Amino acid sequence: MWGKVALAAAVLTASGAVAQGLPDPLTDTPGDPTRGRAVVVDRQLGLCLLCHTGPFPEVPFHGDLAPDLTGVGTRLSPAEMRLRLVDSRAVNAESIMPPYHSLDGLTRVAALWEGKTILDAQQVEDVVAFLTTLTEEPE
Amino acid sequence: MTKVCTTALVILMAGPAQSDDRRSGFEFMGPTTQSMQTDDMANPGMLAVLAGERLWNEPAGLSEQSCQTCHGDPEGEMRGVAARYPAFDEVAGTAVDISGRVNLCRTRHQRADPLPHENADLLALVTLIGLQSRGLPIQPDPDPRLTEWRARGEAYYETRVGQLNLSCAQCHDENAGGHLGGAPIPEAHPTGYPIYRLEWQAMGSLQRRLRGCFTGVRSEPWPYGSDGYIALEAYLMQRAAGMTMETPAVRP
Repeated sequence: MWGKVALAAAVLTASGAVAQGLPDPLTDTPGDPTRGRAVVVDRQLGLCLLCHTGPFPEVPFHGDLAPDLTGVGTRLSPAEMRLRLVDSRAVNAESIMPPYHSLDGLTRVAALWEGKTILDAQQVEDVVAFLTTLTEEPE
Repeated sequence: MTKVCTTALVILMAGPAQSDDRRSGFEFMGPTTQSMQTDDMANPGMLAVLAGERLWNEPAGLSEQSCQTCHGDPEGEMRGVAARYPAFDEVAGTAVDISGRVNLCRTRHQRADPLPHENADLLALVTLIGLQSRGLPIQPDPDPRLTEWRARGEAYYETRVGQLNLSCAQCHDENAGGHLGGAPIPEAHPTGYPIYRLEWQAMGSLQRRLRGCFTGVRSEPWPYGSDGYIALEAYLMQRAAGMTMETPAVRP
């Protein structure tokens, strides 16, 4: 599964078709928005709010290093979100967004995390399903 | 011609102003934490200084000599030392930080066992030595043998590492002043080590602080005392050259 995704991302980058993203889901099980939200707000799992802010009033101390997730569902398609989650370097090689489902080019990874991606394929699908629901525009 | 002169003048004026733009971690802190550092009666690092003063005068090892025996009062020979380290040690053929220097003194001259990294006595002695540079500008040692160490440190600083695939530079150059989960990202100038860090509730070295960042990006930290830390310190001190030493600094 992972190899297929890596290849797809590489081909997209090479062909300059980044805007299309990754249209095919990584798993056969449809993403669950409730589980996806739980991943996004978890500081040890999704880590998203360390850099992003968004409609998560119950979570204190959001970051301001990355775009506001409010309304992301109207700005990006699921395919575009999937590509950015799997490996945002396909969109911007200098991105500070960690590669959530790619091991490509990683160095000096701690033994605890060696050979593991930050999120598994289903978690990526869950997060995509949740982000798609964020259609409210920022105030 | 006039235009060229004006341009040159602007560039000359921009030089020093640019270096003044660098900000110590002190400036990213709230007023309460700042006053904890600036008030010696409130600064927990001063307890390490007191312990350091006792140890400075205490004979150690088979030599039964103290630091004082060779160096005299710390206010003398130790003035400015922390502001120019790391330095190259001829005999060891390697660059050393102040902790490394203290341990070389212990093994070579006092004939005592080296103290382990982050040992309270070692931190106390290094803090006492660091205090003798407080208020002085960082002036890296011009020894050309350190050039290669600084270059290696800069390469480490720029290299993305760990599962989160981040370099030091991506946070502390490109995103300094931003907020990571609500906490301001400082510029990573090592102006006040050893520091008292509120998160640790203890004194700690730059190596301990660097390990914290490695762990944060899910990278395997080098073992304490590794050359990589000395190389990074040599680069960071060069990068902070001219900034004012603050040891013992307090940090959140």
